[in-house]
Amino acid sequence: MKRKNLLERFREWDEDRFDLTAMTAGELHRKEPVKVQKSPIPDRPVERLAEGETRAFRRIFPVLAAVLGVVMITFLLMTVVDLPPFGAADVPSDNEVVRRYVADGMRETGAVNVVAGVILDYRAFDTLGESHVLYTALTAVLILLLSAGEPSAKKDVGSELLHRDGIVTMTASVLVPIVILFGVYIILNGHLGPGGGFSGGAVIGAGLILYAIAFGSSRMERILNLRSFRVICLVALCFYSLSKCYSFFCGANGLHTVFSPGVPGRILSAGLILPLNIAVGTVVACTMYGLYSLFQRGRI
Amino acid sequence: MAEFFGRLWESRIAVAAVVLFAVGFVTLLLHRNLLKKIIGLNIMDTAAYLLLTSLGYIEDRLSPIIRNGDVDPSHYVNPLPAGLVLTGIVVSVSVTAVMLALTVRLYRRYHSLNLDEIYATAQKEHGV
Repeated sequence: MKRKNLLERFREWDEDRFDLTAMTAGELHRKEPVKVQKSPIPDRPVERLAEGETRAFRRIFPVLAAVLGVVMITFLLMTVVDLPPFGAADVPSDNEVVRRYVADGMRETGAVNVVAGVILDYRAFDTLGESHVLYTALTAVLILLLSAGEPSAKKDVGSELLHRDGIVTMTASVLVPIVILFGVYIILNGHLGPGGGFSGGAVIGAGLILYAIAFGSSRMERILNLRSFRVICLVALCFYSLSKCYSFFCGANGLHTVFSPGVPGRILSAGLILPLNIAVGTVVACTMYGLYSLFQRGRI
Repeated sequence: MAEFFGRLWESRIAVAAVVLFAVGFVTLLLHRNLLKKIIGLNIMDTAAYLLLTSLGYIEDRLSPIIRNGDVDPSHYVNPLPAGLVLTGIVVSVSVTAVMLALTVRLYRRYHSLNLDEIYATAQKEHGV
């Protein structure tokens, strides 16, 4: 047996295609597979030239890419040398903006967690944009995967195999309530400690996905289908936008708002931060489950 | 030279971030498999988060959660990078989702995840 050189072995390892056809049999076999002709020497000279170019390109490409990587790492390391040491106290990023956030953040926003105060009060429009980015990404995935319009793609392949499995069902029935409860705790505790809408929403989304895996997506569909999904996301995002517009408008014009910072440390404090955390958490949880459902069976 | 490596050791987290970034970048460039390209991009994202959070860390200070009403800024680490990294993570999740959806569509159309094969098939179909 001829020993393969390193490049060849690398290419073989790189190009192993996952046997997706075997995993989702029936779904993909219906379409006539596109035939890739692999004639060693094409007839037309133009094609032969293109083939040779591709081959030569593929031979030098890994080398060039590796060289590029080494060059990039060298330049970046030369930059890293000029950075302040790790953990130093007198760094330029620790400036008056940050000091003001820490010194006055609790008094002004009512949040014990300064990060929550920054992202949901001082820079709340940034977080609103983030929620919209998530929702837009979900919409894009929806467009890409829903409009495929393959009736076979709507079959609930994975769950039908899994949800008769006793181990998965048992584990999920114990774990799902705990996971979702923990997610709710993280969201409600966002202004008092580590946590917030994004992390808590991701945990709740994981709980929903676990439920869907164990008991089948059709059960999940009774609670969260495309219709309720749209309504929930729309209400959450609109509530966020309108309440924050109101709060910014009042704050900029020196008007009195109905939201007060309250007593820092209590659950019902920190003005808008708790409701906003709940809104963000709802959107994130819905998006996580929606992405899973779209990738798994092509619909919500 | 010793001074150079000494400085590198002083900002070792940034060095780790640089190495991760290069690994992700080379993965993104080198592989022909679309899924591996996406993995490379995610590794690059991770490197950016690591660099940002490490720049916010200050030795011997507490996490930015006010304890016992102590609001002295010199007792807490920088809270701003945490908020920025949060933004980055959300954007990275969204971008990954869209990329994976596009990959699914490409696979359904061309029955391959290899970029060269997809390109060759597309060229043949359009008669170039």
